[in-house]
Amino acid sequence: MNRVLIVGASAGGLITAEALRRAGYRGALTLVGDEPHPPYDRPPLSKQILTGEWEPGRLPLRRDDDIEALGLDLRLGVAATGLDVAGRAVELADGARVPYDGLVVATGVRSRRLPGSEGVTGIHTLRTLDDALTLKDRLRPGRRLVIVGAGFVGAEVAAVARGLGVAVTMLEAGPVPMAQAVGEQAGRFLAQVHRDHGVDLRTGAAVREVVGAGGAVSGVRLGDGTVLPADDVLVAIGSVPNTGWLEGSGLPLADGLVCDEFSAAAPGVYGAGDVARWHNPLFGTAMRLEHRTNAAEQGMAVARNLLSPEARRPFAPVPYFWSDQYDMKIQAYGHLRGHDEAVVVDGDIAQRRFLLAYRTDERLTGVLSVGMPPKTLRAWRAMIAAGAAWAHAVSTAAARP
Amino acid sequence: MKVIVDEAKCCGAGQCVLIAPEVFDQRDEDGIVVLLEPEPAEDRHSAVREAAAVCPGAAIQLAEGS
Ligand SMILES: Cc1cc2nc3c(=O)[nH]c(=O)nc-3n(C[C@H](O)[C@H](O)[C@H](O)COP(=O)(O)OP(=O)(O)OC[C@H]3O[C@@H](n4cnc5c(N)ncnc54)[C@H](O)[C@@H]3O)c2cc1C
Ligand code: SF4
Repeated sequence: MNRVLIVGASAGGLITAEALRRAGYRGALTLVGDEPHPPYDRPPLSKQILTGEWEPGRLPLRRDDDIEALGLDLRLGVAATGLDVAGRAVELADGARVPYDGLVVATGVRSRRLPGSEGVTGIHTLRTLDDALTLKDRLRPGRRLVIVGAGFVGAEVAAVARGLGVAVTMLEAGPVPMAQAVGEQAGRFLAQVHRDHGVDLRTGAAVREVVGAGGAVSGVRLGDGTVLPADDVLVAIGSVPNTGWLEGSGLPLADGLVCDEFSAAAPGVYGAGDVARWHNPLFGTAMRLEHRTNAAEQGMAVARNLLSPEARRPFAPVPYFWSDQYDMKIQAYGHLRGHDEAVVVDGDIAQRRFLLAYRTDERLTGVLSVGMPPKTLRAWRAMIAAGAAWAHAVSTAAARP
Repeated sequence: MKVIVDEAKCCGAGQCVLIAPEVFDQRDEDGIVVLLEPEPAEDRHSAVREAAAVCPGAAIQLAEGS
């Protein structure tokens, strides 16, 4: 292994590069990213950047000299456009062809858009620093923001916007926001919190189109014909994996780059971060996570497996994510999607301090906490990692003081 | 090696504690990182480097070689 190429210069890509060097890899290491900025962190975009608490100067993931010390062939502002798996080379938008012995795909995801929203002033998505700065400039007291999609990004923006005195309407197609991700109980709880903070949350709301005049947005038309007037519209309806450059390469693509339990998509080709759909043996299922810690952990696992093909280890993490909304910190461990039951095992939802445990079949597969001391989650995380039986986990918890 | 943590960047994930419990802990009330060992012993360096790499807040800075 003498030439490693990493495509995607954000959390997943950079942390893979660092892990390769830490493990003693001294060969050529090329990191290609299509954004002009040095690798930066995304979670603060909908939090400290949007509130104005942080200057963009705090976003870079590493200091310049730490990046320098990695000895990278760093190519920013240039996209990968094609992959020749048999020839082991990647084509770049500037015409370069970069050969590799090992390839890491870490191109993440982009925001899904509404048709017809390109180039209309006041229609936003939130994925990049530039998106965040544009949106931040528009959030001023008394303005009207309609958020299409009540997922985590939409909900975090709603919370920040309310804090800035913006009138917020949030639209959710389903009956309960975030239910797919965290279940009905947590979803109903979050819906109530947003309503208590003055968000006009409308569930079962189908968006027909965005309306505008003279190249600027003026509102959103719902399925029943109602028009909600808006100065700004944030489209937060999920994301699409950046796999366009892999089409035709023969690599398996299905809502992400399909990888095995080692995070490999083909011999010498690995996926890391938001773009990768891999088989997580801990839960016995394929998953694609859009969680910041997963990008880092998967990058580290990929570096290991790439360098030691004979001693590869399956990537079997307990997923973790957090979200900050108003003064609440939400934290979750495990695989919550598709659970059969969720039970409050500590605290009280009415008090806004609780811990929910999730059961899938007869197993504890996840926990979610709001307002609880984060350390209380550790014991739960350990039980999820151990594949604890549900009955055992819940009775152990009940026995705790 | 010297370890510096930026509490303002820490999001209380506790990933550092999972990897290097001798060096990092979390405050009880909000989970913000507590540095137990600002100058960890040699045998802990690799765990500390891993913790710094995985920290989702990029809140752990290392000054190597000192
Ligand atoms: C607003 C916001 C808030 C978030 N908040 C949280 C949170 O609170 N908690 C949490 O756990 N997670 C959160 N996340 C998710 C977290 O940021 C992601 O999981 C993480 O960024 C994934 O890193 P990645 O490297 O896999 O992908 P990305 O960060 O998407 O990086 C991929 C990079 O590859 C580049 N790229 C794409 N295509 C190409 C190409 N063809 N050639 C070259 N480069 C390319 C992209 O431009 C990008 O720079 C949030 C995300 C957003 C957007
Ligand atoms: S891993 Fe980072 S963000 Fe998490 S508790 Fe430790 S320092 Fe804080």
